[in-house]
Order: sequence, then C-alpha cells, then structure tokens
Amino acid sequence: MRIRVVHETVYQYDSPARGLIQMLRLTPRDHDGQHVRAWRIEPTVDGRLSRREDGFGNIVHVFSADGAEEAMTIRVTGEVETAETHGVMRGISEWLPDPFYLRESRFAVADEAIRAFADEAVGASIDPLDRLHRLLAGVHQAVDYAPGPTGATTTAAEAFALRKGVGQDLAHVFIAAARHLEVPVRYVSGYYWRPDTAEQEAGHAWVEARVPDLGWVGFDPAHGIAVTEAHLRVAIGLDYLDAAPVRGSRTGGGTETMTVRVRVDDARAQAPAQQAQGAAQSQMQGQAQGLAQAQG
Amino acid sequence: MPLSAFDEMTGVQESGPSPSGPSPSGPSPAEVREAYAALKTWLDTTPPEHFDTRRSQAELFFRRIGITFAVYGDNESTERLIPFDIIPRVLTKPEWGFLERGLKQRVTALNMFLADIYGPQECIKAGIIPGDLVYRNPHYRLEMRDFEVPHGKYVHIAGIDIVRTGEDQFFVLEDNARTPSGVSYMLENREVMLRLFPELFSKHRVSPVEAYPDALLATLRSLAPMSAARDPTVVLLTPGRFNSAFYEHSFLADKLGVDLVEASDLFTKDDVVYMRTTEGPRRVDVIYRRIDDDFLDPLVFRPDSVLGVPGLMSAYQSGSVTLANAVGTGIADDKAVYSYMPEIVRFFTGEEPILHNVPTWRCREKDALSYVLANLGDLVVKEVNGSGGYGMLVGPHATKREIEEFGRKLRHAPDGFIAQPTLALSTCPTFVASGVAPRHVDLRPFVLSGADDIRIVPGGLTRVALKEGSLVVNSSQGGGTKDTWVLDG
Amino acid sequence: MLSRTADNLYWLSRYAERADFVARILDAALRLSALPANYGGTDANEWESALASAGNIELFRPLYDSVNEHTVRDFLAFSPNNPSSIRSCLQTARENARSVRTALTSEMWEAINEAFLHLRSFEGRDMTREEFARFLDWVKGVSLAFDGSAYRTMLRNDAYWFTRLGIAIERADNTARILDVKYHVLLPETERVGGSLDYFQWTTILREVSALTAYHWVYRESIKPWLVADLLILNREMPRSLANCYEMLVLNLDRIADAYGRRGPSQRLARGMLAKLDDLTVDEIFASGLHEFIEAFIAENNRLGAAIVEQYLG
Repeated sequence: MRIRVVHETVYQYDSPARGLIQMLRLTPRDHDGQHVRAWRIEPTVDGRLSRREDGFGNIVHVFSADGAEEAMTIRVTGEVETAETHGVMRGISEWLPDPFYLRESRFAVADEAIRAFADEAVGASIDPLDRLHRLLAGVHQAVDYAPGPTGATTTAAEAFALRKGVGQDLAHVFIAAARHLEVPVRYVSGYYWRPDTAEQEAGHAWVEARVPDLGWVGFDPAHGIAVTEAHLRVAIGLDYLDAAPVRGSRTGGGTETMTVRVRVDDARAQAPAQQAQGAAQSQMQGQAQGLAQAQG
Repeated sequence: MPLSAFDEMTGVQESGPSPSGPSPSGPSPAEVREAYAALKTWLDTTPPEHFDTRRSQAELFFRRIGITFAVYGDNESTERLIPFDIIPRVLTKPEWGFLERGLKQRVTALNMFLADIYGPQECIKAGIIPGDLVYRNPHYRLEMRDFEVPHGKYVHIAGIDIVRTGEDQFFVLEDNARTPSGVSYMLENREVMLRLFPELFSKHRVSPVEAYPDALLATLRSLAPMSAARDPTVVLLTPGRFNSAFYEHSFLADKLGVDLVEASDLFTKDDVVYMRTTEGPRRVDVIYRRIDDDFLDPLVFRPDSVLGVPGLMSAYQSGSVTLANAVGTGIADDKAVYSYMPEIVRFFTGEEPILHNVPTWRCREKDALSYVLANLGDLVVKEVNGSGGYGMLVGPHATKREIEEFGRKLRHAPDGFIAQPTLALSTCPTFVASGVAPRHVDLRPFVLSGADDIRIVPGGLTRVALKEGSLVVNSSQGGGTKDTWVLDG
Repeated sequence: MLSRTADNLYWLSRYAERADFVARILDAALRLSALPANYGGTDANEWESALASAGNIELFRPLYDSVNEHTVRDFLAFSPNNPSSIRSCLQTARENARSVRTALTSEMWEAINEAFLHLRSFEGRDMTREEFARFLDWVKGVSLAFDGSAYRTMLRNDAYWFTRLGIAIERADNTARILDVKYHVLLPETERVGGSLDYFQWTTILREVSALTAYHWVYRESIKPWLVADLLILNREMPRSLANCYEMLVLNLDRIADAYGRRGPSQRLARGMLAKLDDLTVDEIFASGLHEFIEAFIAENNRLGAAIVEQYLG
C-alpha cells in the first residue's frame, strides 16, 4: 500500500512569540514493512532546522525560528510504501536493550486497577504471544475508543478510570498493563490509513511488545488488531512524551491557538475526496511548553 | 542488640546511650585521643558562661548572614537556622590521608562507571552489575548514551557521605553524585569558628578550607568546552530563591565571582547558550547547575518544568556548553547501584576499594531476601530509585505491625529494596541542654573532579544528630552541623 | 551585569521612591483636611485628589463604598490590593532586593529589610491622625535611609546607575501626576479667584514635592501659579522637577552607554526630552496648554521607561 500523508500544525499567537524552539518527531524510518519514498518538513517561518537522532533512534528535527512570529505552520508531506507483516516488526535497528522498555514512565504507570485488570485479562495463559493478544482484546474491550474527555497529558490510570480515550490513551493503558506483566513494551506514534475517511484530527498511536523468539510485535489497542499495512510507524518511546510529534517552547505570544489537520490516503486509490475537513483545535495560555497535540 | 559506638574524643568503643538516659559516667581525662587533647583541656577549663556567650554570638552571626535552610514555600517563618555546635570535630592527618586516597579512588571509579554505562557498557557485559538495574533506572538518561561529555568527566562535584564506626573503620554511606549541597556550611562554620575562637586555632594546626571556592572555580573552568574562549564564562544556575538551598547558591556564586542565573536569564540560539545581560546576550560556556536533570530542559525532560531552559540539552549535546554535574549522574547515587560499588571500584581501577561500603543485602537476590525478611527488626531497609514510593523501614525503631506490613511490601516487590545493618555512627562531644555529651556524627567531604585533576579540600561538613541516641543527622530531623578540623601534623 | 539583576535594582529603586511619593501625597492631604473648611480644608475633596495623584482609582472603586479619609488612607497606605500602596511598595522593593542581595551593599539591604519587618507593627491598627502622620514620617525616613545608603555605599558602576534611572523615571512620573491632577489650579483664569483656597492648593503642590522652602529661595516672591509650574517643570536646580529628573536620566544613561560602548534609543529619547525642556519657557507651555503638555510628557516618560526595559532589562 502506498500511504500519502499531509500533516499540518498551525499555530496562532495573540501577540508575536519569540524564541520559538520545537522538537519535531515527525519523520519515519524504513523497516521491512515500510519504505519512505518521499518526506518533507516545511515550517512557514524563517529559522534553522537541524536533524539529529534521539536515544530511541527516532529522527528529531530541532526547529528554531529567527524572529518574533504571529503565526506559524509546520507542514509535513510524504509518501510511504507499506507492506503487510502481520504485526511482526523486522529490519529495525534496535538502539536499546529490551529491559529498558520495562522502565516505568510517567504516562504509563500501572495503578491497582490496571494491575488487577492486566492479571485478569491474561488469565492462566502462559504463551507470551497469546497473553499479549488477550491483553489487546481486553484493553480494546475495556476502554472505549472515543475522543472527548482525555487530552495530551492524560495518564494511563486516568484514562482507564474513565474507560474512554483516544489512541494514545489506549496505548498507555496497554503499556502500563504489559509492563506490570514484565513484558518489554513501547509506544509508537504514527499515522493510520482509514478506509472510511482521509481527513483526521490527529495522528495515531499504538504499541510494540517484545515477544520471545519473535521479536517486536505491533498491536493497535484502539482497533483491537495487530498492526497492518495501514499503519505508518514514525517514532517510538516509553510513552507519548518520548515520541510526541511536537514539543515546543516560546517566550511571549499570549494565548496560542493550535489547529491540527491530518490527511492520510492511499496514493494508488482514486480516493473520493471527503468533504468534511477534519480539524482539531486547542488553546494554550502564556509561555507554554507545548504538548497539546494528542494522538487520536 | 546494643550498638557499640566509637567515641572520637575518648576512643572508647562503648555501648551507645540507652534510650532511658545518658551513659553512666564520662571518661576520665586520661582517656582522650591525642587529636582531641587540647580541645578537651579547653572544654574543661573554659567557664561555661564563656561558651554560652559564644554560642549566642554564633547564632547571631548565622542569622545576620542569612544562612537559613528554607522549608519549601514563600513564607518567612519557614526559614530555619540549622543548629551549629561550637565544638569542632577533629580528624588527624593520617586519618584524612586515608580518607583522601579512598575518596579519590571512589570518585575516579564513579566517573569511569558512568563513562562506561553511557558508552561501551563493558561492566554490564562482564557481569559486574546487572543490566536491568541500569536500564530500568529513571536516572539512566538515554540522552547521554554515546555522547562524549567534555573531558570525559561526569561527576565534577561529589559529596560522599562517610560514617565511622571505630578507630580505623570508615564506611561510605552514600555517594551524592547529582547536586550535593552543604559546602556553604563547611565554609561558614570555619568562618564563625575563626571569629569566635581565634585562640583555639593558635593551639592547633588546622588545614584551611578557604580554598574551596578557588578549587571549584578552577575545576569548572577546566571543564569548558574546547570551543570556549580562553577566559570561559561560568554561571551558577539556581531554581530560584524559593529553593531550600538558595542561600548556598547565592553564597557560592558570590565566592566564585560568577553570575547566579535563573532559567529565565538563559536562552539558547542555534545550540549555543546565552545569558541576558545589560550589554546584550553573552555566551555561556560552563553551567554549574543546582537543578535536577528532570527540570533542566522542558523540551527533553519534564514538560511542565518552569525552572529549565528550552533547548539546553540540544546545546549540551552539540558540545557548545558544559553542564556540571553532567546529566545522568543520578544513576551513580542510586542505592541499588551503590551496593555494587566495591565490584565497580575493582573493575575500573584494578585496585581493592580503600573505603568500604556498608554491608548491603540486595533484596532482588533470593538468599538476601530471605535473610532480610528473617531479620527485619535489626535492619534498615531502603527503597532504591524509581520503585514507587514505599518508603523505608528502620527495624530497631519500628513497631511489630510496621515490620509485618513492610515485610509484605518487600515480598511483593523485592527488587525495589536494599537492606543494611543499623550502624553505630561514631560520637563527638557536643553541647546539649545538660552540658557536653556525645552525639552521633557523619561526614560529607566534597570531591572536585576537573579535566585535569581531583581536588579535595581537607575537611567537609560534619553533621550531628542532636537528639540523644539518634542516628539521624538530617537537618530536617533535628540534625546540626560542626566545623570539621583536619590537623596538619 | 545580568539583565534580571539590573531589572531588580531598577524596580527596587522605583518602588522605594514611590513609597516616599505616596507618603508625601497622604501627608499633604492630611494637612489640608486638618484645616477648617473656610480656611481651605474641604474634606473629601482633598482625599479625592490624593487618590487621583497616586493613581489606581480604578482599583479603588470596587473595594470601597466612598472616598473619604478613612478609605483613602487605607487604600494608599496599607491595602495589599493596591500595588502602589506604601505597604505594597515596600514589599515589592524588598522582594526585588532579596533577588539581588549580593548586588546590594549590606546597608541597602538592611534599610529595606528592616523597613519591611517594621511595617508590620503599623498594620491593622486604627491610627489617629497624629499616629498616621508619624507613620508617614517614618516612611519618608525609610526612603531617605535607603537612598542615602545607596549613595554612600554603592560602587559607582552600572548597578548604581540603574538604581538612579529607576529613581529618576519614577520621580518624573510622580511630579507629572501631581501636575496632571492639579493643573486646573495653576491655570491663569483661576488666579482671578485668588482666594485662600487656591493659595492652599498651591502650597499643597509644593509640599507634595518638598519644595515650599525652595520656592521662596528661588523666586523670592509670593506664590504665583505659573512660577509653581516653572519650578516643577523647568527648573533644573529643583530635585523633583521634570528637568532635573531628565538631567539625571541623561547623565546616568550616558554613563551606561560609555561603559558599554554603545548608545541606543534610551539615550536618544532622554536627550531629546531634556533639550525640549531646556528650550521651553513656562509661558509657551501655558500658551499651548498645560494639560496637554503634561499628558504628552507622561506618555514620553513611559516610552523612555519602556525603552530602558527593552534595551537593558529585558
């Protein structure tokens, strides 16, 4: 499948914002299931864009704007060829030893409720892959995949208590539960091609868990499936914080309005253009360190 | 099990003060160790009123200079003075020589350990320390992997807590490798002693500690990145005046002659750190930061930190600025890692450790766990980093119920804990309400590791548990401080 | 020097100066209201004008039902809700001082710290007029002690120059505010009224800037409204006149520029205003409108303040 992505993040500031710095984890790498044909990141204001790699092996662009800006758009466009691997991730160069992914992280701490849920979900099963499938089904069933009450900084425990969340939240619940079961697991940020609509309000999020003898396997708790060729993998981390598409900072600028537009379609299909323009808006006050872009 | 504490003045190894009252009788004057002989005479011959006057003068001095330790919050009334005891704690030249060699060896090993776990990880491959202990530790910072820190040093300022249990028995209790504090007390305590008791200094040859700020500045300057000017700009980064150690930050900045900056004074541009000055942006080469890793850069660590500088890590990783201490040194003062220090010292220095660890049971090991569970009443059980806030247990002071409850927690998550015997810290004569009495002390010397050299000012901070029988020297729990004398011959 | 340090020094001085100004305003109102009505005392009128001179009327309204001695005294002297009350000024000054303690001499720190600690003994008490007058004297003494300690103990470097800038900008603003509130009593047509009321208003203005004696030394004649304006606006010898404040601003901005080897908008703006004040006569000011002149001055002074912040303190 050839997935085509347009991802625009538009910032508007009440008054000119200075010292804009953003860390962008918006660039995918190749692996056996995906090949990046073309990819571009274009900020609409002048500044320096430098590329590096973080400790997980993600590609990070650090963008710093030169002057004071009233508005800025980060526009990402690209095309990626993907293939069906039934969730098994191959051809990824692993930067970190497996036990690292057992480390507890801020957004994915298992509270008593998640621990009990995890134990019950896997039951008496002893096969590692089977346990993960049971957990996948359990999370998919227990937590409604629905936008609404959760935000970019909702924790696993909070989302689990609400029994409701976006892709990010379901991923966090899965991660917290899997780590409780001593399974190395990580958060994946990316894009998901939906058959019904190209326009989306955000990118998507899922998880990868380490299965003995098999390697890393991708699970999408939001859809209750192993990852498919419709999943375009961009960045990984212990949780959302490590893989967040944008982490930014500025001085001044007053209230910020952020609008996100994501369009994911199949470059080969004659996709019927959707009329409804998907867009998510959020507002942030003052000298914020931006972390507002949740993953649907 | 009665603890047998070593008294540093009398040299007597005796049963510590019982909980019911003071020890039966003081030692006779004949039983005084040589290092304390002149002090003992001074204590015996000086009229008590003289001490009273001097003690209130000392307190006045500390209040005037404002050396307070703030309990978190804005309120004035939360500023407290740490009690100062006018009787110095004395170490002989040979004792110090031993400690100094041990400290150098230990800090050298700490730096080599950090370089290794952020680099080739030989010590993990060699089975010296289990990998998951490192990888699962929140203080092990991914950002530091395969990053060559300027001049290869990580822990530039270390505070090694040492306790003594006998004539020749010194143990390291803790390696403070993040942002150790307390050095201002070492300097101010000496200052006040010199003012109040000049006559004592004519009877003793006390090694000076006043060179500490110079040594610190020399260390910091030596760490400047290669790209820095010949006269590098050094700053001290503080969380601000509401921080409990703010007095120390401003005191040190003043003594070093460097700017005391807050996060808002710094900004980054194209991976270079600048400070805002009245003459425009000025490039910063070395940051002596007194802010924890978690708060340094909201773009990399905690996004809600307002104490940090956005882009600082990126600048640091580009090599344009040195952070002292380096990021990620917290792994070296983790309690679980501590228990491996003897092996770490041997592995990296090829020598036997000079300073010993307090014997430590790692509850992650099966045999150790069953021993600990069987002996909870006699042990101190401590939580290792990042295991979720279960607290600690001091066996001899705990109730039966507390011990049982803790035992359950321990069985549930043994990896999160280590256990140590309750140590009888040595005692020193100390002024208390009823006169002079022995009180338990520890010692925190400060070890400076520059690009070129390791510097240690002879002495350190002696903390004293003022409550009778107490082994807790922390200022938040009734601890005080003393001047620490290293005799020069 | 760190911009934040300079900023703290600048605002420390501004707030210490403002505390003194508010004390003077209150002192003058107290004096007027103590007089019998037919002798110039007009009750609420004086308190209203004190309120107007000290600014922040918009903060006063929602807090109090009416304007009278009691409410104005409380608002201007002790209210924590008024950022320019004497209490708030001393508190803000001390907070700024605390942040830059190592940049202050111990004398300066003690002056402001002790003032703040002593302030508590005045708070929450119902004071008689006499007690209140003593309190105001104490406040004026605090500013004198602080200013004196700075003058006598600080090194003459940029740190000192920024404290001078703070004082001068604040003082110029304060004098201009008094003129803005009282300009009508200085206008020629009111001279015809010439009653005791006006006389007291004029002397009140002079008292508010500690210039009653100075007036007689300078002009050696009875009090004339245009001469009061001349003294407060154009006379360079008069320490609180606009011209004197600008002389101080130009001098200290020049020193900073020389030390840093760079001039900027602050220097240009300050010099421009000083030249304008030098060229003007009081007749010309009256001819083109005293009120308009003062309004324009206040705006210009704010612009200079903003330029200093932008150039050095931001």
